[in-house]
Parts: sequence; C-alpha cells; structure tokens
Amino acid sequence: MASRARPLNPAARALAVLLLALVLAPLAAVAWRGADLSLVRADWSAVRFSVTQAVLSAAFSTLLAIPVARALARRRFPGRAGLITLMGAPFLLPAVVAVLGLLAVFGRSGLLNSALTAVGLPPISIYGMQGVVLAHVFLNLPLATRMILQGWLSIPAERVRLAQSLGFGPSDTFRHLEAAMLRDVLPGVATVILVICLTSFAVVITLGGGPRATTIELAIYQAVRFEFDLGRAASLAGLQLLIGGLAALAAWRLGRPAGFGAGLDRDLPFAAPPGWRQWGDAGALAAVTLFMILPLAAVALRGLPGLSDLPHSVLPAAGRSILVAVLSALLATTAALVLALASARRPSPGIEVAATLPLATSGLVLGTGLFLLVQPFAPPMRLALPVTILVNVVLSLPYLYRILLPETRALQAGYGRLADSLSLVGWSRLRWLILPRLARPLGFGAGIAAALSMGDLGVIALFAGERQATLPLVVSQLAGAYRMEAAASAALILVALSFALFWVFDAGGRHAAA
Amino acid sequence: MLQLDRLTYAQAGFQLTADWSAPPGSRIAIMGPSGAGKSTLLSIIAGFLAPSAGKLRWMGVDLTTVSPGERPLTILFQDQNLFPHLSVSQNLGLGLRPDLRLTSPERDKVDVALARVGLTGLGARRPAELSGGQASRAALARALLRARPILLLDEPFAALGPALRAEMLALVRDVAEATGALVLMVTHDPQDALSLQGMTAFVAEGIVQAPIPTAELMAHPAPAVRAYLGRT
Repeated sequence: MASRARPLNPAARALAVLLLALVLAPLAAVAWRGADLSLVRADWSAVRFSVTQAVLSAAFSTLLAIPVARALARRRFPGRAGLITLMGAPFLLPAVVAVLGLLAVFGRSGLLNSALTAVGLPPISIYGMQGVVLAHVFLNLPLATRMILQGWLSIPAERVRLAQSLGFGPSDTFRHLEAAMLRDVLPGVATVILVICLTSFAVVITLGGGPRATTIELAIYQAVRFEFDLGRAASLAGLQLLIGGLAALAAWRLGRPAGFGAGLDRDLPFAAPPGWRQWGDAGALAAVTLFMILPLAAVALRGLPGLSDLPHSVLPAAGRSILVAVLSALLATTAALVLALASARRPSPGIEVAATLPLATSGLVLGTGLFLLVQPFAPPMRLALPVTILVNVVLSLPYLYRILLPETRALQAGYGRLADSLSLVGWSRLRWLILPRLARPLGFGAGIAAALSMGDLGVIALFAGERQATLPLVVSQLAGAYRMEAAASAALILVALSFALFWVFDAGGRHAAA
Repeated sequence: MLQLDRLTYAQAGFQLTADWSAPPGSRIAIMGPSGAGKSTLLSIIAGFLAPSAGKLRWMGVDLTTVSPGERPLTILFQDQNLFPHLSVSQNLGLGLRPDLRLTSPERDKVDVALARVGLTGLGARRPAELSGGQASRAALARALLRARPILLLDEPFAALGPALRAEMLALVRDVAEATGALVLMVTHDPQDALSLQGMTAFVAEGIVQAPIPTAELMAHPAPAVRAYLGRT
C-alpha cells in the first residue's frame, strides 16, 4: 500500500546535500586546480600498492576467518561469549595501538625475532607489504569472523535438523549447507574489508613508506605535508575517490550489513564432530585468540611502567581527543538520526546515496578537499580540530545510518500511525516517542562514533601543528621517534579512553531505554 | 454528516469505491471478506492513505488533505494502541496534549476516564503489565478523553475471546453515547456487527455498499452477503 505522499523533511534534504557536497569537494578541487594536474610514475606505483595490499588483506582476513567462524558456530565452551565479544573490539581499537602491539611482537626486537635469533634463524621484517597486510589482517580478521559467523547462524534451524536426521557427516554438511552459505556471504565480507583497507592510513604511515610500500593515502599526505604540491594531492585524491567508489559500490552490491550488536547465539547448535576436527577447531580458536591478545598484552606490558612519567604532550592531546570524539559522536548521531527517520518515513534514493557515499572516501581525501577550500582564506592549522570533527562525522555517518535505519523503520511501522493520529509531531514526538524508543541504538551508535573518532589518525595528520595534535597523532609521533615505551604508555591511555567513551555512550543508551 | 463522495482508492490490481454518507452518532459495522478493503477504507478516512479520487467531508468541510492528527477522529488499531515505554496515564494524557504538559484538572480528567473504563488505580502501570482486555479499555479511555466526533475501530478486539469482546462492544457503545461519536467498526464477525446495534456497510468486489440496518442485512442477505455468511 502506498502511503500518503509527504514532502521530504527539509533538514534531511539539506543534510543529504551537504554530505554529497563534502564528499565530492575534492573532485571539484581537482577540476578547479586542473591546470597543474600532475601524476608522476611514483603515483601509479602507489595505486598498484594500494590495490594489491587491500586485495591481499581482504583475502587473508576472509579466508582465515572461515575456520574460526565455523569453530565458533559448532562448539560450545566456557568463554565462547567472551571471545565473540572480544571479536567486536578491534573495530573500535585505534589502529595506531594495534600497530604498536604488532611491532612489539613482530618488530625488529620483538618477541618473534628474539625467538628466531635465539635458535639461529634470520630475523623477519615487519615493514613493507607483509607488515601492512599483517596489521590489516589483525584489525579485520575479527570483523570477518563475526560476519561469517552470522552467516552460519542464519542457516535455518529446520535445514540443520533435516541434515542431522538424514545422517549428514561434516563433509556432507559442508557441501549441502555451508558451502552455499559461504558463497553468499564471502564476497560481501571481502569487499567490505577491501574498502576499509584501501583507505587505511595509520597502519601504512607506520609500517609502509618508501618507494615500494606507499599507498595513495600516504602519497596524498606526503604531497600536502612535505612537498606542498596541492595539485598533485588533488589528483591523487580524485584517483582515491574513484577507486574507493568502485570498491564501495561493489561492497554495497555484494554486502549485507554486519550485525554489530546482534546476539550471536541460538538454541540448536550444529553437530560438533569429534576426532581431528575437534582439535582443528580448538587450534583455530587458540591461534586467533593468541594472535589478538599477544600484541595488546605487549603494549600493556611496555606501557604500564611509563604511565607515571608521561611526556608533556600526552595530557593536552588526550583532552583535545575527548573533545573531538564527543562532539563528533553527538553530531554524527544527530545527523544519522535525521536521515534514518526521513528514510523510514519515505524511502528516498537521495538519502541512501548521501548516507552511503562517504564509504567511498577517506579522511585524507576529504581533508585534501577541505584544505584546498580553506587554504586561500585561513591558515589550515587553525582549523585543524573543526575540520577533524567534520571529517569524523562524515566518515562515521554510514555506519550509524546502517545501525539506526532498521530501528527507525521498525518504529515507523509499529507506532508511526498511532503517533500521527495523536498529532504527536515535532518536539513532542522526539521527546515521547523517538528518544525513549531508540535510546539503545542511539547510545550504541554514538559509542561507536566516539571510539572511531577518538582513535582516528587521518586528517589530523594533514592539518595539525604541535598545539592541535590529538592523542593518536602523539602516539604515532612518539613511535616515529622510536620512543617506544612512551608511545606504549600513551597508547594505553588512548585505548582506555576509546573504550571508556564507547561504554559511557552505550551504557547511557541502555540505561535510558530501561 | 460524514460524506464519502465517490471516494476511490486504486492500486495495481486493487480498487475500492465508497459513495454514501452517515449522520453524526450513527454506529456502522464494516463487514466483508478479508482482502476486500475494510481496513483500507479506515486508513483513507483516518488520513494514512490518500484517495486517488473523490472527496471526504465532515459537516461539509473537506478533509481530504488534512493530516491524520488534525482530523476530527480517533482510531483504534488491531494492536499497538499504547506506547509500551509510557505509563497507562501518560498514554491517556497524549490524547489531551501531545507534549504531556498536563495541568492538574487535565490529570483529574485522565483519572476519571480510567475509572469510567474500570481501570482505577492502574494508571502507573506499563502496557506490558496489562491484560489484553485492560489494554483495550485503556485505548477506549483515551478515545473518551479525546472526545472526537468520529471513532474508527479497526478490529481492535480481534484477539479477545467472545465474552470479553461483547464486554468491549458494550463499552464502545458507552463511549459513543458519552461523546456522541459516529462509530465505524471493521469486523469480520456478524455477531459483532449485531452487538454494535446499528447499521452495516458490506464490502465486496471493490465497493463499500451504503450501510443498512444490520438486522435487515442479516434477515434478507444479498447473494454476496449470503456467500460471505456461509448460508446456502
């Protein structure tokens, strides 16, 4: 049944237009600076490296996640729920912290190389392609696992029961049930991770670099920061937007939304085959747990002693980061709510596109566009923090929109007519219907946005001087100066603050909903 | 006078027309096979669906473009008539003021309405703590408070047992008498139509026929009505 034609909420329309303008600004800047369009041979190798590392990262993350997800789907053991929760954490973990942890384990004087040297083997290097891919697998394997686990749990219970009643063994189950599910799920998982890795910056600035391991993002950063070649930065940004856009389009076509908060459990477990398969499952789970926990434990061990003697730059940077994170979270959640409410009331392709397009872009691309726009009028450094907030809002918006949309749709379907018939509109509707009913997803979404923004190292690196540095930038600068203990201490504070912010918003939402 | 002036709703493969009027205070059951468009008619009158042609008037005023909340009516749905996160009193209070800034006389009115439907003392409860019958009573109490001249009922008692349903219909007659409201009630049960003690508009083959006294409809059913009732 077609509903009454209502005009699109003007606030939602204005927001959608603003989002589109922000995402497309770098393209406009490229056109505007078209005269000095310049791509050198090094830039094409950056394109090649960007795509290769993203494809490898996506492939390894996805393939390695399959056995882990299957083990979680068919085994029940104490700590399983905890492990699944832990798998949600790397999404919120600041990438600089992950990199520090990986350096502590796989770095030149890390655990692995100490062990290798002890038995007389040559050390391995974490820098370059292998390091970038390793860090991306570390950050995205858990996400892939959760998404694939969801695929396992979406196999209908009736079909599992049927398979059991027909006496299917593990290989029959795989052929008739699991393979079909994986064919459906894996392309989406892989492309989502591909998009994330294409725009990764914090990992590449630490572990990449040099002519053989530079991504487009890193090349943009160098063009702006060191060579001040804005024409080249703009061309690179346009290129990144094009590639990111194609990948995001693929992800959008193939992917299904990742269930962040969904309860990954159900009554009927899959058959848990004994024998070597049991050992295989245990091995997969143990390996992934170790892989996730060791680097973080290493950061904690290294950072704890230095907590009492932090560099002076840490505390003010922490304050700036909290400010940026809280403001970004509030603005992004408000914007996503406006769009999701409008879209639930009347589906609109314009809003869909505006809320999805930021996935195609990146902090550095957005930053370059804004840099070019701002630079003629004011020193970009002065606007570092407002620009960072704006970029964080734009980048976290697609996630928040996806979290809120099913909720606003359910609200509209369940209570829209009743509220309309009672003239519950405007502020009253917000106060008495929307906020109380959506407190939980709003808190959760704001928590995600706050943590993402707290840990983000992207555009701020482009703009900030000493007095605008955020905590992730300070961590990265300390690590760059090989002050590893101080970097680890600052990283610990960064992690604690990220998760604390997430917890405060999430718990606040749950409390308000109760 | 509620006037359905060649009111038409057309969708791919579905059409509904109504062309009749009803005086204030009348009680009309809308009966017919499922899928015939009973609820669609109510949605058009309530303003959730826009008619593709024709006019809807109340006392000569054109309602066709008036928003749902501004129309002179109260609607009770099949379910979800109460917001689960608000107390029963707050749910009733929304009928008086959507911003819930109730004055003390308004709060007294809420209590009186609760008493009137037999829910004295239950105002502080959440809807989840009410039985199905009590939830229906609370929704009717809000209709009483709103006192709009038209009351639309979209099978709100379908989930209740026969005895409770008879009780609710008695309460509907009560509320209608107290507010002088014109009642339009969708039902598929001839017994409900009879209990309403008024007229029935039969819906079939895309047409909402003009209401005639229910007793007469049952006594001399047209062939379509006969088929619906299962009388051969």
